[in-house]
Order: sequence, then structure tokens, then C-alpha cells
Amino acid sequence: MAAPKQRSVKRTKMINNTIVHVVLAILAVIWVFPIAWVVLTSFRAEKGSYVSTFLPQGYTLANYVKLFTDTTILNFPKMFGNTLFIAICSCILSTFYVLAVSYCLSRLRFKFRKPYMNMAMVLGLFPGFMSMVAVYFILKALGLSEGGLIRLALILCYSGGAGLGFQIAKGFFDTIPLAIDEAALIDGCTRWQIFQKITLPLSKPIIVYTVLTAFIGPWVDFIFAKVICRANADYYTVAIGLWRMLEKEYIDNWYTCFAAGAVLISIPIAILFMFLQRYYVDGMSSGAVKG
Amino acid sequence: MGLFKKKVNDFPTPYTVSAAIKEGGFETKLSMIIMGLGNIMHKQAAKGIIFLATEVLYLLFMVKSGFHCLAMLPSLGSIEQEEVWNEALQIYEYTQGDNSVLILLYGVATILLTVLMFWIWRGTTKSAYKAECLDKAGKHVNTFKEDLKSLLHENVHRLLMTPALTFIFGLTVLPLIFMICMAFTNYSKIGNHLVLFDWVGLDNFKALFDSSSILGSTFWSVLVWTLVWAFFATFTNYIFGMILAIVINRKDTKCKSFWRFCFVLSCAVPSFVSLLIMRTMLQPNGAVNVLLRNLGWIGADSALPFFTDPLWAKVTVIVINIWVGVPYTLLQLTGVLQNIPGDLYEAARVDGANAVQIFFKITLPYMLFVTTPYLIATFTGNVNNFNIIYLLSGGDPVTDLASTAGSTDLLVTWLYKLTIDKQYYNVGAVIGILTFIILAVGALLTYRNSKSYKDEEGF
Repeated sequence: MAAPKQRSVKRTKMINNTIVHVVLAILAVIWVFPIAWVVLTSFRAEKGSYVSTFLPQGYTLANYVKLFTDTTILNFPKMFGNTLFIAICSCILSTFYVLAVSYCLSRLRFKFRKPYMNMAMVLGLFPGFMSMVAVYFILKALGLSEGGLIRLALILCYSGGAGLGFQIAKGFFDTIPLAIDEAALIDGCTRWQIFQKITLPLSKPIIVYTVLTAFIGPWVDFIFAKVICRANADYYTVAIGLWRMLEKEYIDNWYTCFAAGAVLISIPIAILFMFLQRYYVDGMSSGAVKG
Repeated sequence: MGLFKKKVNDFPTPYTVSAAIKEGGFETKLSMIIMGLGNIMHKQAAKGIIFLATEVLYLLFMVKSGFHCLAMLPSLGSIEQEEVWNEALQIYEYTQGDNSVLILLYGVATILLTVLMFWIWRGTTKSAYKAECLDKAGKHVNTFKEDLKSLLHENVHRLLMTPALTFIFGLTVLPLIFMICMAFTNYSKIGNHLVLFDWVGLDNFKALFDSSSILGSTFWSVLVWTLVWAFFATFTNYIFGMILAIVINRKDTKCKSFWRFCFVLSCAVPSFVSLLIMRTMLQPNGAVNVLLRNLGWIGADSALPFFTDPLWAKVTVIVINIWVGVPYTLLQLTGVLQNIPGDLYEAARVDGANAVQIFFKITLPYMLFVTTPYLIATFTGNVNNFNIIYLLSGGDPVTDLASTAGSTDLLVTWLYKLTIDKQYYNVGAVIGILTFIILAVGALLTYRNSKSYKDEEGF
């Protein structure tokens, strides 16, 4: 009596498992497919955006070579340099802002604390680039909208609102036991020393997370860059460059190069991401989701 | 109800401005006019001089340009730029006319500066009063060096917050106030008001709410679609991501990390790259249609209208948003799911619940309870989700040629089109404000009532 029943339970389990794995495989293919396709396209020998075959007919490295040598129309190496510079600077600034603000809000109690947190929440509800036009006017009034100063303008833009994105880091600092701070205070540490010598070394995941998100920002934003650079092609960032490659006048010649460029900027970000994924998740789940 | 709690001052101090006015000595009262005087007279010369210098600088600025900026603010300028024939040089010269944008910007900046100055003034008054009290009581008055040192300890928040606050006020608050002001002007290409414009009160709001006009009807249709989009985008991602996380976390699933890797891979590609890739793949002659043609599922010349049919386009953006968003949700929810107490599941299984029942009766309610703040943030993010719409469909297809928005345009992308492409700055600003109000009413109430806001101190 018991044996057949056990067998049927086993069988349903096996059928279930097979179904689950098949569904997972199909979904995985759907998720990996576009990425595989862009990697294939970046090695495609035939030009143009409209192809009649799905797999490339021939493979070549010419797309990557063209991306870095053909600088007459779209100067990709320069854009890459611009973006790297802007990303590093704004990353340093925003990381400092985020960590400093989060530490204050988490550890210190001062009069301006609650109003500040409410203000940050209210400001976060406005559409991010509603003020973009105004930011442009302000930067213009400061004389930052021409020439090499455009880079500075972009750095200011990307790090400007950083102090408002404190929630995740603050959530993390909240989890560090207060007793450590108190012990340090009794030992005669100043608050600044606590921040520098105790809180920061204990918060590696969140520092990594903050650095990572701040660094990626300039690579993936193109709205601000577009509004502030306008026609100054010398100061374009990678994002605008790639976007332009898909415009009507360039798409036929640059389509495969776009794929190559996309692969190139994805690789470092992907490596960073894979490497730091654990930290990323730690930061997210300890900060954003709080029961 | 929690909104109107009586304000409790958690930081009582005897050195307030009102106390200074009532009980301060003549030097304290005088330092309300000549800032820093009280400090100079009470052993805090360096501090006092800095206060005095701030006041002098502010007054110099106000005399030089500040008062002029403020005076121009009500009219926003009226002198047009004109061509004048220069006899000597035999050329036309342009006279410097008024530029309303700059007048408004400088005016707003001056007001902000004045508010800041008032705040500093309060600080100096308090500081003077404190110095006076301490000095008269024979207590120790902090030297300048000690004041600087306190910045590293009890006042470290001033040191750490000031740079960030400067940036926030300069690059977020000031532009925002400026844009809000714009909503009450006629700064727009309509009627050629790009250089000189005036205050018009609530006219722009009226025009937008007038559902008989094109602008009004567009607004309502865009608003409805924005809410529909935000709802579906948030919950499809949430539910789908959660199911995926559960399936991968199941005891019997093999190669968990491999499956996770497959999905997270797309997370590692910058979203604007994957969105642009998606767009090209879904073009009438893009990879997807080519694949379907090669497989013989659709005719050799036909193409699926991913971005050309309004309904298809709407479904497409939501589906692609699933593709983009689910890996993130998967990453975030995996951790939370593992925290659900196991005995809940055991009890349910003993009671004979099946997988679907367990999901709807235990997993979903638990997750909703824990992740409400996250859901609100995602919903807000989706209402303001510019990238996905702009990069994928660009708001297309445009069904009504007279209107300025396409059928997949959200309020934000419409705002972008109106300000950057059409230069209807005033209407754009109104839409921004309305977006804010819609989000604020919803989010503020939910936030305030959510557990994590109330228990903020209870960690």
C-alpha cells in the first residue's frame, strides 16, 4: 500500500523538478539572448543595422579597431577619457558626501536632522531632471558651460544631489552597534576619529556599494550630459557617443561599432559588478529593506 | 494623524534669539545690527571678525546687485533688445535688453541668499548672547581654536554636512525653486516669450486642467498611462522577481548559482546599453523580427508592430521593463525571502496547504509587510522612470498629431519633450509640479504610516 504511493510522490516530484528546470532554462535564454546578440554583433563583419540573418556571416575585429582609430566623426577614445575623468572625480565627491551625511544622520542627534531627512524625501519626489534646465542656466551664469569647464559642470551635476541619497548607507550605519561608539567616546575619541577610524573600517560593503553606484552614474547617464554639453562634441561622454551612433545619419556605418562600444563599457562594469555583487546585495538588503 | 504631532524641542538651550532680545546686554543687542560685535567684546575676536566680514560681504553684494535683482523680480524686465544703427562704425549694434530668465534666476538666488543670511544672523545673535552670558558669569569662553576643535567633535555634523548641503542648495533646491516659479510665468515659445516673459498667475494650471483643450486632454491621457505603467511596472517586477527567487531557492533546484548568474548577467550591463540594444532588436527589421521570419512564424515582409501600434508599444515597454528590472528584484528579494521564519512554512505544510496557497497566504503577505518602503520607492521611481521610455520608444507612436505626447509618453518624458524639444518651459514646470503633488500625496502618507518610518529610532 505504501510503496506505490511513495513512488507516485517521487514521480510527481521528478516531473515538477523537470518542469522547473526547463522553465528556468527558457527564461535564462531569454535573459542572456540580447547580451549574446550584442556580443555577436560587435564581431560581425557585414555593415549596416538591418540584417537578414540572425547569426553573423563573418567575424572580424575591425569594429573594435574602428572605434579607437576612426576619430574624425565620433571620437570614442576622447569620450572614454572624458567619462573616466568625470566618473573618478564625481565618485570621490559623492562618496564623501554620502558617507558624511549618512554618518551624521545615523550617529549624531542635532536640530537639523529630522528636517533634513524630510527635505530629502520631498526633494526625491520631484522628477529628477525637472530642474535640469535651471541647472544649465546656473552653470552658464557661473561660466561653466563652455570649453573644458564643461567637465567640471558635469562633475558638479553628478555629485550635486549625492547628499540626498543617504538612505542605504544610513541604514547600514544604523546596524553598527552604538556600544562601539560609546566605548570609543569614553576612551577619549572625538566624533571625527570615530567616523574615520571605527565606522568607516567597519562599513566596507557600503563604501564599496556607494563608490560603485557613484562611479557608474556618469557612464550610464546621458540626459544631463546631453543638456549640458549641447553641441560641444569634444566633451561628450560615452553614453551620448553610443546614443549618437544609433541616430539616423550614423547608424549604417556605426551600428556594429555601437555594439563593440557597448561591449567595451559593459565589461569593466560587469566585472566590477560580479566582483562586488555580494556587497551590493548586502548594502541593498540591509539598507533599503527594513522590517 | 501622525502628521500634526505637536512639535517637541529635543534640543533645549537657554541661548535663543528671543532670550537674547529680552535679556541681552547692549553689546548683544548692538551685535544684532553689527554682527559679531558681542563676540569681539567677549574674548572671541576671531569669531566676531568672521561674522562681521560675512555681514559686510552680504551688504556689499546687496548694494552692488542684490537690490537691483530683487527690484526687477516683480516685472521680470521689460526692455526689449533693439537694433541701433551705429553711424561711426557703419554697423547695426544690439542694445542690451532685459533677459527675464536671468532676472528670475538672480532674483531667486538673492532671496535664497537672504534667507541664508537671516539664518546666519540668528546664529550670530545666539553666539553673542552665549558669549555675554558665559563671560558675565565668569565661566570659560571658548577660544577660536577650541571652536575649531569642536568641529571635530560635538559639532562634527556641521563640518560633515556643510559641503553636501552647499551642493544640494546650489544644484537642487535653487534650480527647483526656479523651475517652480517658471510654472507661474508665460516663459514659452508660444507667443514668443523666450527672452521676455511675465508672471501670469495660475493660467498655466487652468490651461492644463481644461479638458476641452488639446493640452488638457493630453495631460489626462498621459497621467492615466503613467499611473497604469507605474502600477504594472512595479508589481510585475515584484511578483515575477519574487517567484523567480523562490523557484531558484527551492530545495530541489540544481545549480542555483548558475541560474542566478544568468539573470544577474543582464544587471551588469548598463541599463541604457541594454535598452538601446532592445530597441534596435525590436525594430521592424531588427533581430527579433528577422528571427521570426527565418523561423517562418510570420510572413517574409511582415513585422510585429512592437513600437508602431499603441497597444503593442505599451505592452512592449512593460514586458521589457520586466526584463530589465527582474534581476535587480531577484538580487534584493533573495535575502529577504531567506529571512521568512521556516516554522511558518512547516505549519502550513502540516495543515495541508499547497504551493500556491503558501505563496498567497504566507510569502506574499510577509514580503509586502517587510518591503513596503521598497515598494513605494520603486513606484515613485517608476513614475519618474525617464530612461526606459525615452530610450525604448521615445514616447512613440504618436497617434494624435496635434498633441505633443505620444501614446507611451510618461509625465516625465512629456515634460522633457515640452521643455527641451518644444521649449514650452512653463507647461513643463507645471507638469513637474503636478507629478510631485501626485507622488507626494501618495508617498508621504504611506511613508509616515509605514513601520520603518515610525520605528526609525528603534533599531
